[in-house]
Amino acid sequence: MATRRVVFHYPRQLIDSPVVSQIVSKYNLEFNILRANITPQSEGLMVLGLQGTEDGIEQALAWVREQGVAVQPLEKDVMRNGDKCTHCGACVTICPTEALCKDAATQEVLFDSAKCIACELCVPACPPRAMEVAL
Amino acid sequence: MPKTYQEINEKIKSGQVVVVSAEEMIGIVEEDGAAKAAEQVDVVTTGTFGPMCSSGAFLNTGHANPRIKILKAWLNDVPAYAGLAAVDLYIGATEMTEHDPLNIDHPGDFRYGGGHVIEELIAGQDVRLRATAHGTDCYPGKELETWINIADLNECFLCNPRNAYQNYNVAVNLDSERDIYTYMGVLKADLGNVNYCSAGQLSPLLNDPYYRTIGIGTRIFLGGAEGYVFWQGTQHNPTVARTEQGVPKGGAGTLSVVGDMKQMSAEWVVGVSMYGYGVSLQVGLGTAIPVLDEEMARFTAIKDEDIVAPVTDYSRSYPYSEGGPLGHVNYKELKSGQITVDDREVPTGSLSSYPKAREIAEILKDWIETGHFLLSEPAELLPSADSGLTFKPLRERPVQSEVI
Repeated sequence: MATRRVVFHYPRQLIDSPVVSQIVSKYNLEFNILRANITPQSEGLMVLGLQGTEDGIEQALAWVREQGVAVQPLEKDVMRNGDKCTHCGACVTICPTEALCKDAATQEVLFDSAKCIACELCVPACPPRAMEVAL
Repeated sequence: MPKTYQEINEKIKSGQVVVVSAEEMIGIVEEDGAAKAAEQVDVVTTGTFGPMCSSGAFLNTGHANPRIKILKAWLNDVPAYAGLAAVDLYIGATEMTEHDPLNIDHPGDFRYGGGHVIEELIAGQDVRLRATAHGTDCYPGKELETWINIADLNECFLCNPRNAYQNYNVAVNLDSERDIYTYMGVLKADLGNVNYCSAGQLSPLLNDPYYRTIGIGTRIFLGGAEGYVFWQGTQHNPTVARTEQGVPKGGAGTLSVVGDMKQMSAEWVVGVSMYGYGVSLQVGLGTAIPVLDEEMARFTAIKDEDIVAPVTDYSRSYPYSEGGPLGHVNYKELKSGQITVDDREVPTGSLSSYPKAREIAEILKDWIETGHFLLSEPAELLPSADSGLTFKPLRERPVQSEVI
């Protein structure tokens, strides 16, 4: 048995399709939803722990990609370099999980690494390049 | 009773001055009224911290031996302008490293450029100067490669032709499919996000909307040190539409500013990379506004909800100068985290750091309260709403090639 942590990014048009339940039956996998953020108005995002055979997981992920879902392995950490961050706020709408957000009162940019899925979208979007990737 | 600059400066010297930030002034005027506030408060401090293109630095390296009249120069492989004299250089904030791939693989990373060189100079890091020349009798040198450091330069001053924009566009992307990469940050397709860039109620020129107290010679906070306004900024546009309170409804006034980089701190002058666009420089700038009378008390009490900015499409409207804004929103709405555009809730991000702006206003307060910073009366005020001055587009005139 193998386990794998992955992030599924759903485009808007796939929000309604039962992708996860299909891979369970098609490839005999077990799954654990670590986090999901899917609303009809925007793109969807799901963090999953998959369990099954190595081959089964590979085939399942290939099939999911064919359906139009972007699959991202979850194996890196993104960190904020506090010395470089100038709290400008260019990252907060780029982050898909609101791991980066602004404190309403101080307008300071907060980073909650527990919510971060290491998609790395913030890395190039940060003007002073304060977001760093650690393997 | 109107106050004079001299009276306020006497109070600063004697430690009697009352100085508050533009944020604090809002509550004071709301509670006591503008007339009483004008009597109580002498100075209001402002601040802004954001990417300010049209920034750059002059430096004089001193003469090498043999002497060289520099024709072409590079600082850490970023081209600097040398067409001034022999060893005077100007490095612009948006200049890219030579041979940078730019947007060949779009969106380009734009990792390093003039803004970063300026930050490193201020931080006291060594910078590599490379120069070439044609050689003359008086300046025989033809090549130069050496490390330089700000401490050894004769002069090194920030000289920014356009900073501190008085209000600005609020950027969105109406393209249904394509994310776009702009100087206003990454804008997601189909109204995916909104980016704004102003400190709003703390912003220098929004607290003196008609430039009654700012002009040539005004002493300011620039990059962590004292600096000066030396001219109106480029694209200064005082005649735009204004609200009843006099606040421009979009980009309007700008400042040309200058200051000694040897006194500055790299905390307030930061090279930045705008994904898919280029490099720039985050600059911290603040003003100390004399509350000369009731009108200045009212102006300096402007608040976010009373400052509106135009929502502008950067996929089509801005690049091709088509159509007008999609509407106006105020900075209270923008700072709340989402606004409504076309009946849709859109999340807001920003490029201007409000926490840093607040810090600048507080530092200026401290400088004034401790008698380290005096106000300077401008030798000439900036052109205002009655000047007739407008920011014009280029009138393109086709160039006919000559046929022999």
